[in-house]
Amino acid sequence: MNKEFLNKRYKKEKRFILIGRVAVSLTIIFLVILLGSILLRGISGFYTTNIFLTTNLSQEIIDPENKKNVEEIYKSSWRKIARNSIYDVLSAFNKSKNIDKISRKDKRDFLKLFSRSSEFYIRDFTLENLDSIGKEVKISIPSSSLVDQFLKGKINIAVNEDDRPINDKQISWINFMVENKMIERKFNINFFYKGDSRNAEEAGILGAIVGSFFVILVAIIVAFPVGVMSAIYLEEFAPKNKITNIIEVNINNLAAVPSIVFGLLGLAIFLNFFGLPRSSPLAGGLVLALMTLPTIIISSRVAIKSVPPSIREAAMGIGASKMQSVFHHVIPLAVPGILTGTIIGMARALGETAPLLMMGMVAFIVDVPQSITDPSTVLPAQIFLWSDQPERGFEEKTAAATIILLVFLLTMNALAVFLRYKYERKW
Amino acid sequence: MKKRLIVIVFFNLFFIFNIIARDQIYVVGSSTVYPFATVVAENFGNKTGIKVPKIESTGSGGGMKLLCKGLGKSHPDITNSSRRIKKSELQNCKENGVELIEIKIGYDGIVLANSKESKVMNLTRKNLFLALAKNVPEGNKEGGKLIPNPNKKWSDISDQLPNTPIEVLGPPPTSGTRDAFQELAIEGGCKTFPALKAIKKQDKKKYKATCRLIREDGPFIEAGENDNLIVKKLIENPKAFGVFGFSFLLENEDTLQGSIIDKASPTFENISSKKYSVSRPLYIYVKLEHINVIPGIKEFLIEFTSLDAWGPEGYLEERGLIPMSADERSQFKKNAEQLISLNKL
Repeated sequence: MNKEFLNKRYKKEKRFILIGRVAVSLTIIFLVILLGSILLRGISGFYTTNIFLTTNLSQEIIDPENKKNVEEIYKSSWRKIARNSIYDVLSAFNKSKNIDKISRKDKRDFLKLFSRSSEFYIRDFTLENLDSIGKEVKISIPSSSLVDQFLKGKINIAVNEDDRPINDKQISWINFMVENKMIERKFNINFFYKGDSRNAEEAGILGAIVGSFFVILVAIIVAFPVGVMSAIYLEEFAPKNKITNIIEVNINNLAAVPSIVFGLLGLAIFLNFFGLPRSSPLAGGLVLALMTLPTIIISSRVAIKSVPPSIREAAMGIGASKMQSVFHHVIPLAVPGILTGTIIGMARALGETAPLLMMGMVAFIVDVPQSITDPSTVLPAQIFLWSDQPERGFEEKTAAATIILLVFLLTMNALAVFLRYKYERKW
Repeated sequence: MKKRLIVIVFFNLFFIFNIIARDQIYVVGSSTVYPFATVVAENFGNKTGIKVPKIESTGSGGGMKLLCKGLGKSHPDITNSSRRIKKSELQNCKENGVELIEIKIGYDGIVLANSKESKVMNLTRKNLFLALAKNVPEGNKEGGKLIPNPNKKWSDISDQLPNTPIEVLGPPPTSGTRDAFQELAIEGGCKTFPALKAIKKQDKKKYKATCRLIREDGPFIEAGENDNLIVKKLIENPKAFGVFGFSFLLENEDTLQGSIIDKASPTFENISSKKYSVSRPLYIYVKLEHINVIPGIKEFLIEFTSLDAWGPEGYLEERGLIPMSADERSQFKKNAEQLISLNKL
């Protein structure tokens, strides 16, 4: 009788452990699927295809009087130079295949293999190397996204020729260039050095990263001191009465308010009333500061509360004032907890899009922001914008940008964990 | 003393932000025009070296509201629109002292597409109305009493259509594409019933409710604003159809096909010749007063109306914009060059 009862209890325990393991492994499986699918799609976004183009930087077209005047060179007919050198490749192909005529359609289709901005790459190369004017140079320019996607095997070529974005001739041209070693696959530098673009091969994430950095910077500068100070005051100095109780409850409420509400608030106050520049990290950062403020206050209060009263009493016992005991003894011990809370709050702010939508930060912005008043976008907003582009090339860009965002978030969380373990004290 | 100084500096800061000159064009408006306007903006920046305009996608109505709010640096300079400006909006603009230049930039087709694994569907707008409207005449015939849409399969509507369930993925009501689809396809089909068309004269509200509302009982599935998502779902489910802009079909030609509507399939030729009925014009509206204040607007308009951009074989066509005829182009180019403002609709 007694043994049976014991067995039942053991079984119960085993069952619970089993259920717990299933739950944990389910979580792990979901995480692996999520990260795996993003990685799988995004990794190819870090690589791109370039074409070596032999360009004749003709003196007559660029700088006929050899004045080396940068402004005039900037305005010369780069389109013509780019077209000429691209068509030269086509002629070389035709020569090797003994084809005489080039139809207009062929020329157009051939142009589609090169980045739409080829001429600007040649221009920028020349402006950097003014000595090369009049010479023949080999410039590496990005291929169009079409070539890139084709070489990555992302275009289904098993279907009818009319039904796919790339035709048989274009495929044979690409193969010709591959055979002649004109095509190189390389790390996608543009992705890290440029702002947004409508050409998938040129689109980059730098603008969004800098924007995110400015936004977080503004948010930290505003939210950290205000949050920590309020936490110290509420925890150590404020009298315990009805008013402080109400404030406390409302701070907890504020932490649960959906972020879009903060966006509306920001729109009304920062943009319409104070007239801060729309789409600027300044306005966006202030909104995110408001949003993370309650998180910082709550976690700082918890950290301060967990410092044992004996520390305060000992400090007072040897004659320190209240202020001295708090700032010399309590706060240093609470700092790891405060920092952890702040970092987690900032990580949440980094992944936020909804309030920034109201602040006009979800927009097409090409130039990388130089200051906190320049229009800019942020990482999650950039992901959102790219996910909605019709061009195929943006699919991998979206996933690649997501990887970058995740890397930032994981780094911030790891930093929080590290700080906690390194400086945490147990009593 | 020190305190007062800090307060003064603080408040002045906010005023300084108000005065900071904007040297970048600010564009708002339709998400349908967004992919085209952004391409032009980038080319304009690359060619001229002027700062690339900032473009926000706010929807046609939202853009018009922002543009017409007033003059000054904090208000946008240009709005994109996937429909013509409404009388009330123009009125609002005028009241706030805003003069507009109207430039039509081309056409956009709305397609009903499905996976290449299934057959091409041959539909009429009437079919679409019967398949997707909230209320339809009983028996799908002229004169029937209006009842909640009972049609579950395509074959319920017409014998020539396949015996498969009606399953259409489309954008939510906030989208301009949805507006246009309701107006052009659903209402277009509704008008083929004289009895329903007659309601328009008696009661405009009732007419809109019967002829534009889309059913909410399952066959029409709201799939979010993200058209790429619809494309993916269509590939997974060959029986389903999706509603989106022509440019998305163009980019996914290898996996999707557009249905034939009123005997015309969605192609460049059919849309620009208006044979394909579910198409709409796209516009940009420019604030006249800002033209000499914000640098670059004139050059931006020149780029937008250049043959390179909006002409046949221009870079906008590559992105799926359907070019206008030469006559129309020259008419709107004149608007842009001579800065002719829009007085009356």
